[in-house]
Amino acid sequence: MSIKAVIMVISYIILAPFAGGLMEGLDRKISARMQGRIGPPVLQPFYDVRKLMNKQVVAIGVLQLALLLCYLTLMIFTGAIFFAGSDLLMCLFVLSTASTFMYFASVVTSSPYNTIASSRELIQIMTYEPAVLLAGVGFYLVDGTFSVAGIAASDTVMLTRTPGLFASFVLILLIKMRKSPFDVSTSHHAHQELVMGVKTEMGAQNLAIFTITEWYETTILMGIVGLFVVTSNPLSYVGAALLCAAVYFFLIIADNACARVKWTQMLQVTWLFTLFASGVNLLILMLIR
Amino acid sequence: MAIPVFLILFPLLCAPVMYLITNNRLRAYVTYGAAAVIMAATIALTVFWVRNGAVPVQLYKETALADHIILIAEILLMVLVTALCFRHKKYWISLLSIVPTLMIARQELTGTKPMTLCHIYIDHLAVLMCLIIGIVGSLIVIYAAGYMYGYHRHRKDIRDNRRYFFMLLFIFLGAMFGFVLSESLLWIDFFWEVTSVCSFLLIGYTKEPEAINNSFRALWMNLLGGVALAAGIIYFETSVNCVSLHKLIEYAQLGVLPAVIAVALVAFAALTKAAQLPFSTWLMGAMVAPTPSSALLHSATMVKAGIYILFRLAPAMGNTATGNVVVFIGGFTFFAASIMAISQSDGKKVLAFSTISNLGLMTACAGVGAHETVWAGIFLMMFHSVSKSLLFQDVGATENATGSRDIEDMHGLLYRLPMLGFYMFIGIAAMFLAPFGMLISKWSALKAAVDRSNILLVLFITYGSATTSFYWTKWMGKIISRSHETGERMDETVTGKSEKLSLTLHAGMMIALCVLMPWLSTHFVDPLLVEMFGKFANVLPGTILVMMVLIMCLVFAIPVPAYLYAKKQQTNYKLNYMSGINTGNNNAFVDSFGEEKKLWLSNYYFDRLIRPDKMMAYCQLITAAVLIVMLSFILGGVLA
Amino acid sequence: MGKVKKSPWVLHYDGSSCNGCDIEVLACMTPVYDAERFGIINTGDPLQADIFLITGGINTQNQAVVRQLYDQMPRPKVVVAVGTCACTGGIFKECYNILGGADTTLPVDIYVPGCAARPQAIIDGLVQAIELFQKRSNKHDAIERRHKEEEGKKAHGKVSGE
Repeated sequence: MSIKAVIMVISYIILAPFAGGLMEGLDRKISARMQGRIGPPVLQPFYDVRKLMNKQVVAIGVLQLALLLCYLTLMIFTGAIFFAGSDLLMCLFVLSTASTFMYFASVVTSSPYNTIASSRELIQIMTYEPAVLLAGVGFYLVDGTFSVAGIAASDTVMLTRTPGLFASFVLILLIKMRKSPFDVSTSHHAHQELVMGVKTEMGAQNLAIFTITEWYETTILMGIVGLFVVTSNPLSYVGAALLCAAVYFFLIIADNACARVKWTQMLQVTWLFTLFASGVNLLILMLIR
Repeated sequence: MAIPVFLILFPLLCAPVMYLITNNRLRAYVTYGAAAVIMAATIALTVFWVRNGAVPVQLYKETALADHIILIAEILLMVLVTALCFRHKKYWISLLSIVPTLMIARQELTGTKPMTLCHIYIDHLAVLMCLIIGIVGSLIVIYAAGYMYGYHRHRKDIRDNRRYFFMLLFIFLGAMFGFVLSESLLWIDFFWEVTSVCSFLLIGYTKEPEAINNSFRALWMNLLGGVALAAGIIYFETSVNCVSLHKLIEYAQLGVLPAVIAVALVAFAALTKAAQLPFSTWLMGAMVAPTPSSALLHSATMVKAGIYILFRLAPAMGNTATGNVVVFIGGFTFFAASIMAISQSDGKKVLAFSTISNLGLMTACAGVGAHETVWAGIFLMMFHSVSKSLLFQDVGATENATGSRDIEDMHGLLYRLPMLGFYMFIGIAAMFLAPFGMLISKWSALKAAVDRSNILLVLFITYGSATTSFYWTKWMGKIISRSHETGERMDETVTGKSEKLSLTLHAGMMIALCVLMPWLSTHFVDPLLVEMFGKFANVLPGTILVMMVLIMCLVFAIPVPAYLYAKKQQTNYKLNYMSGINTGNNNAFVDSFGEEKKLWLSNYYFDRLIRPDKMMAYCQLITAAVLIVMLSFILGGVLA
Repeated sequence: MGKVKKSPWVLHYDGSSCNGCDIEVLACMTPVYDAERFGIINTGDPLQADIFLITGGINTQNQAVVRQLYDQMPRPKVVVAVGTCACTGGIFKECYNILGGADTTLPVDIYVPGCAARPQAIIDGLVQAIELFQKRSNKHDAIERRHKEEEGKKAHGKVSGE
């Protein structure tokens, strides 16, 4: 591993929660403004986590915390793979393993709300998995490597070659970031018909760990979005930041403008869209290669 | 080297001994001994072969006597099948046995003596198959001794015919060794028929109407494959006057038409044996048999025979019409079977569908015919053999202990039967989670599919792995969920010592395989690919290796300290949230009459979206159409 | 000592009431009053809540429910009774099944009167509850610290909660 990779990984581990938390704070502020409210301070998510860590430790069972810690560690590891510039496809596979641990942490309680919500979480994983993997395949087809460092150092702007893959990736970001209309397993808002979905039985410290893990995840996902424009040109990083901001803004608008759909609709829409957008895009890439 | 012959003959000789011993206890001990001998012989074969430089070994060039014995045995087999078919009034099935046997017999008796390299050929692939059959197969036999005891104790309605059962198991093992070690196509054909008939008899063991029905379905599907195999062999033999498997592949690679056609026919036969769509139903039907036979059919032997022959053919299938059809059938089966698995709640059925699905991936890997995909396929086969065998045995033991093999009844298994629950968890994790080998194999299969610009396979793999992880994960969730029923420890003594031994060995083997994977790759699979393709690529780059080791450490190292930390933490345990009407045990709530209502938590099975029967029918229709088109092209090739 | 008062999450429970107060509580979340600017979230989950906000009186059926929800909340926690019914039982007080206000079952900290209580009053009550929440949190921290010192390096087992 090069020095650069080590620095990247360390700064990811330290900075990612701040980036993720800040994004969530901005999300809440912007959402509030869209609704004509003042909204909470931008740093509100950090206040929330601080409070959660300060409360009495509560849990439903021993395994809950253990599995959440596994979730956190695997998520950090996923990000480390990504920001070290290592294999993208492996990173995506480990990401889904991390999500599996999240499912375990939820279902292990045997609570009725959690059980339904975690089943839906599983459906979500199944729904976004093809689009995520196909995005990885698209990177490989254009740049001939799965290495994140290699993709970032190439001269092609990925977005010009992979608009279909990008579109389906943004669509599944709605699921991954738990935004309406696809926030079927849990939502960041209180308007969830399953109480708090997979988070129902997580209180205090457990919820704080869950939230921090989600921040790590947000950072990784935004990193992948950025990868769509990053090239060897340093200026492209500015473009990546702009693209991330634009995508995030789109997610917020969708979150505020859409009603939640049933999981069947989510599955059908996402799978079909992925099949056509990503499939056709890949086919073209394979033909012109 | 007499070991290969010993491996084939020893189980075959054990079989009548098994039938003659009437004392169950004594038979169990003889079984352990025989299984141990087989295992030792397999390992000895490997060691001697590696000592001799791990180069392909050709044995027994002239075997007139053995050829005659095999011909007689083949005719006897035909008589047996015909008799059974007539007894059960399935007259037409007997034709599928009579026709190929007579064709082969006529060819052998009247035709000129065909050329062959040798009769037994030992190379990397054969040794690998021997190891799988010898070790996993023997462990299943050991497990069977304990299992059948428990089985007949809780299934009083079935006639106890254990000596017959064990006889069949040993014949099966012998035939499998014969199959993977043979070079002569005529021998291969014979052992093929033996495995078909053995599986037919094993499936029909219980003699219940359903079992009889399913066994005949298995029989005709496998015999149909046998017909294709015999047709391919005879056509190749009459055209080129050669019955060597390696020559067949060599000629096919050169584009010699009879060889190309023969490869297509053999590949068709392999698809039936590997239970690919549209022939998957026989493997589903095999579930009615006692668990050891389904474990044997699914993990180590029967279906792997089909995969084995496909791997042999792989170099001849790359970028050919046959190869493309095989890839399509395999990829389609991978995806379709994993969707069907979602709708099942019967543990064994899920395992069956997942077997079909995984075999589909291996088939597709073989069909692409590139060394990268075969690399992935070989590893898939190794991992699948061990973990599937573990899972089958575990589910069987769980059924004996709890009286149910429904996944819904496995809620909280980890707390009720900790050992079985733990092994089941490990076995399932090995099927799809990082860092276990299946996932690495899937990774390289995907990469290879992209390299070969096979968009269809890419889509099948990405969608299929999503559905695969869905049904596995929900099963794992069931095992670890806190029990909503009694949650008390159950009697673990129902699981016999031999079963526990076999399970533990399997789990150990699986972990060892994961750890040794990089080593195996360079020292075994790469030479195998060199033998097959004359080259190998470094499929597993260094970064992946490092990462794998890291993930491995993480996944094994994190849960334990995390658990200890969680346990140590000063935690306040709360009730589950049930809108404030939790009755206090987390397993019931107060209903509208003010009374206690028990909870029952269940997984999603999409039963309104997926109707497995209907879906199976459609899938069979699609794949059958593809196969018919392929066969017509082949026929066209013959006539042209 | 953590500052917790910037993030008070509210669990809203409606006992025996006419639903007037509930509508006013929800009105607090609307753009006009925007309680979220204090960091308030109206959560439905007792495990994640800090302030238990009750409207309506307690009857024989919901008493156990209220008690369980309160027990499920992690410490420190504050109880706010909103509206006359929650404070005293209100006009339902003499009904056959009504036990009275929330304080018949829980240790109520803040009483917000009104029938229905106006949003301004509710927010006022919540702001007071937030201060109390911070105070309790400080006390909780102090207890925790002392506890840890006393226990020293001894392994902590399960500790009974309330």
